[in-house]
Amino acid sequence: MTTPHAHRGLNLTLKIWRQPGPNARGEFRTYEMQNVSTDMSFLEMLDVLNEQLIAKGEEPVAFDYDCREGICGMCSLMINGQAHGPDRATTTCQLHMRRFSDGDTIVIEPWRASAFPVIRDLAVDRSAFDRIITAGGYVSVNTGNAQDANCLPVGRDRQEKSMAAAACIGCGACVAACKNASAMLFVSAKVSQLALLPQGVPERARRVTRMVAQMDKEGFGGCTNTYECEAACPAEVSVTNIARLNREYLRAVVVSEEGV
Amino acid sequence: MAEGHATTTQGSPRLQSNAPTGDVTTRWDRHKFDLKLVNPANKRKFNIIVVGTGLAGSSAAASLAELGYNVKAFCFQDSPRRAHSIAAQGGINATKNYCNDGDSVWRLFYDTVKGGDFRARESNVYRLASVSTNIVDQCVSQGVPFQRDYGGLLANRSFGGAQVSRTFYARGQTGQQLLLGAYSALMRQVDLGKVKMFARREMLDLIQVDGVARGIVVRNLITGEFESHTADAVLLCTGGYGNVFYLSTNAKGCNVTAAWRCHKRGAFFANPCFTQIHPTCIPVSGDHQSKLTLMSESLRNDGRVWVPKNPGEARPANEIPDDDRDYFLERRYAAFGNLVPRDVASRAAKKACDEGFGVGETKLAVYLDFRDTIKRDGAAVVKGKYGNLFQMYAKITGEDPYSTPMRIYPAVHYTMGGLWVDYNLQTTIPGLYCLGEANFSDHGANRLGASALMQGLADGYFVIPYTIGHHFATSKLPKITDDHPEVRGAVEAAKARVNKLLGIKGSRSVESFHRALGKIMWEKCGMARNEAGLKFAEQEIAALRNEFWSNVRVMGSGEAFNQNLERAGRVADFLEFGELLVHDALTREESCGGHFREEHQTEDNEAKRNDADFCHAAAWEYTGGHDSFVGQKEQLHKEPLTFENVHLTTRSYRE
Ligand SMILES: Cc1cc2nc3c(=O)[nH]c(=O)nc-3n(C[C@H](O)[C@H](O)[C@H](O)COP(=O)(O)OP(=O)(O)OC[C@H]3O[C@@H](n4cnc5c(N)ncnc54)[C@H](O)[C@@H]3O)c2cc1C
Ligand code: FES
Repeated sequence: MTTPHAHRGLNLTLKIWRQPGPNARGEFRTYEMQNVSTDMSFLEMLDVLNEQLIAKGEEPVAFDYDCREGICGMCSLMINGQAHGPDRATTTCQLHMRRFSDGDTIVIEPWRASAFPVIRDLAVDRSAFDRIITAGGYVSVNTGNAQDANCLPVGRDRQEKSMAAAACIGCGACVAACKNASAMLFVSAKVSQLALLPQGVPERARRVTRMVAQMDKEGFGGCTNTYECEAACPAEVSVTNIARLNREYLRAVVVSEEGV
Repeated sequence: MAEGHATTTQGSPRLQSNAPTGDVTTRWDRHKFDLKLVNPANKRKFNIIVVGTGLAGSSAAASLAELGYNVKAFCFQDSPRRAHSIAAQGGINATKNYCNDGDSVWRLFYDTVKGGDFRARESNVYRLASVSTNIVDQCVSQGVPFQRDYGGLLANRSFGGAQVSRTFYARGQTGQQLLLGAYSALMRQVDLGKVKMFARREMLDLIQVDGVARGIVVRNLITGEFESHTADAVLLCTGGYGNVFYLSTNAKGCNVTAAWRCHKRGAFFANPCFTQIHPTCIPVSGDHQSKLTLMSESLRNDGRVWVPKNPGEARPANEIPDDDRDYFLERRYAAFGNLVPRDVASRAAKKACDEGFGVGETKLAVYLDFRDTIKRDGAAVVKGKYGNLFQMYAKITGEDPYSTPMRIYPAVHYTMGGLWVDYNLQTTIPGLYCLGEANFSDHGANRLGASALMQGLADGYFVIPYTIGHHFATSKLPKITDDHPEVRGAVEAAKARVNKLLGIKGSRSVESFHRALGKIMWEKCGMARNEAGLKFAEQEIAALRNEFWSNVRVMGSGEAFNQNLERAGRVADFLEFGELLVHDALTREESCGGHFREEHQTEDNEAKRNDADFCHAAAWEYTGGHDSFVGQKEQLHKEPLTFENVHLTTRSYRE
């Protein structure tokens, strides 16, 4: 940890992927940045770059973000080949420039996966994730159906495991970090969250079969257990969820009548 | 029951609250019974547009689709799951009284009316408190993993100054879990074909036919295409306008555009000056600052707020002995101490800094110290409760809050004002409803912690499903198509505006205008306001707006993904809206809740309400025509507020 209030100005070289549209060819462009404050977040550094580009009459770099607090899952970016950059359990919007050194070259790319096509520059289309949730990532309960919240006790252990899986922010870093562009960690997080709770049990077989089928349809790759997804996950979703997903799937296919 | 208190304010005939009278505890039941119903087989004939997929929008869209209506839902993010509600940390209130500590619907009703400094409608607040329990039931049934005790039952904590433990939470990520619950209900309806979801769409205008809301114009943010969507009702669930201050704890995309467009077409905007400043945020670190980060106020349960007693104090915090520390909240507010409501805590911090006691490099911060709690309970316990918040603080500041006190400063956080709505959540435009933070309804002049999530979900799950049917059952809604002149006109107006922005080709960036506006708002209309400052701000904003329309530089084209253009549109609307906010603050000659007029304070610097003249909601009507903006064209309408159940008293947190 650095000393408080140590302002150092960094000089940086940025190599950024620029691509004008979904079907256009992309290329790396190089930008020099001077005197970047170490108190800035990574995205604030890009804001400053964009202001400089606009001043010069050039088009700013497109990149997604919203909350800038590490929770909405909208920001992305491969930074020097790592999804969300070098810090563990940290989204790009929470990465700060004090993590870098004067003179560094930083390569910035969009998530790369055929299921996440580039929209422009660093922004990609992650609607495949929504379609996977649509296929079954829910409990079928209409508003007004609920009984008293304390009717179904849930052991604290289970609740905590469920919460740890539910913490997924849906950013897609797991897919971007995986050499197969597999979405298993994302899918397993939702399947686990609900499988661990009594509320999720009635639909567990249907849920897992439909979500996995949709995942395959979207063109995500298979899982070969390299655990890059877990290392890249800003919400620290564990790969043990993938093991649970596999069990749930097997159980659904072998045991359930509606499974296949 | 307390004696009724009527205000002298003359009510505007244009503001019919449609709130029932009589026994407050049965008003909602009686009202539901009086509302007309749409029979189950006919519901599929009605189409509803829901703009926004935060807690309010997702819950409304899902619940209405479950009833059988056809719903189209819109958001500007790439997925409905990313709405700003996702960022809420602390929790959601419900009067379950699971802790057996004396909570009840009546107590939450009382706390909310009082906390809002007597500027909310009693009927609405009572309804909110009474449906709070259903919300938690609903969320649990969806699989929201709320914190539980070892016995497997739900855990509660006291939050935001409440003297009972009624707050349900999921780690420090309650908003995320509630939103993901509502989002899953929404996606289930997408799966069932009852909701059509349109992400990366921004609403740019409202379509009205014969004065009734019948659709919206959106821009597809990926392709730049303009689309019109028609329906039988439109629900705005578009969140708050805190980003008019540029720096706030809101997500970057939060905006006033949808509400403002509707305002310009006839929806009254109520109490815009009621904005909430949250006391515990990470201070600004430099000019590059793009947003402020909230540290959940649950931290005030265990952290102690202080500044050094000597203005020139040079010692590091840990070396300052207790005798040289001023725990100013504990000193000034014996009964509530560090747990006073947000507005009170924020102003006290500002006062300490204004008087020269601030800490850190900028001197615009106070300490929030866990030393004593760590000594008492151990670091492990503190980590268990606040680990993720401490980690977030360390990431942002580079400092370790376990060994040095946090530095905090107030920041804009929430907006109580919004479109005026009646008891049915209908705006002054028939067929246009407004839910969640975007409306003005339940929090008066100050919102209590953990009550926004509750209100958003109350509106969406348990109010609108009942009230909207009345509109369908009682209105003539002839079919309209995309070539209706009003539809075409609204599309053309939206296009023209975008082209105008692109055509200016000036030299100053959108960002720089937004920052400049934020600075005016924060300095003149932030935590403390006075007449001279507000008048100055009105002129400054008008001048900035003029410069914007002659000198803004918007890059790129309208026919592509263009974030610079998106932002330009939002800033343009903030530049119009900011003036109304300031004007409302100038007009409200009293201090109440988050609105503090320096001219109206007690000798102890506490807010001084003026119930004789201001016990009303101020609803503004724009009279300048929707296709241009003329400043100073706002006409005031008043909805008098009566307090029959909670006595109008001065809030006191001292004893
Ligand atoms: C950091 C933080 C912490 C908080 N913590 C708590 C807490 O602990 N407890 C609590 O009760 N409250 C909390 N709040 C407040 C609470 O989170 C919000 O008031 C609430 O979530 C607002 O919900 P909403 O549904 O009204 O709007 P939002 O969640 O803001 O959703 C707005 C939606 O509208 C869409 N939208 C907006 N404009 C347009 C447009 N023009 N076109 C198309 N779509 C549009 C957006 O895409 C989005 O989907 C917190 C707020 C912040 C900032
Ligand atoms: S911007 Fe929300 S997670 Fe990064």
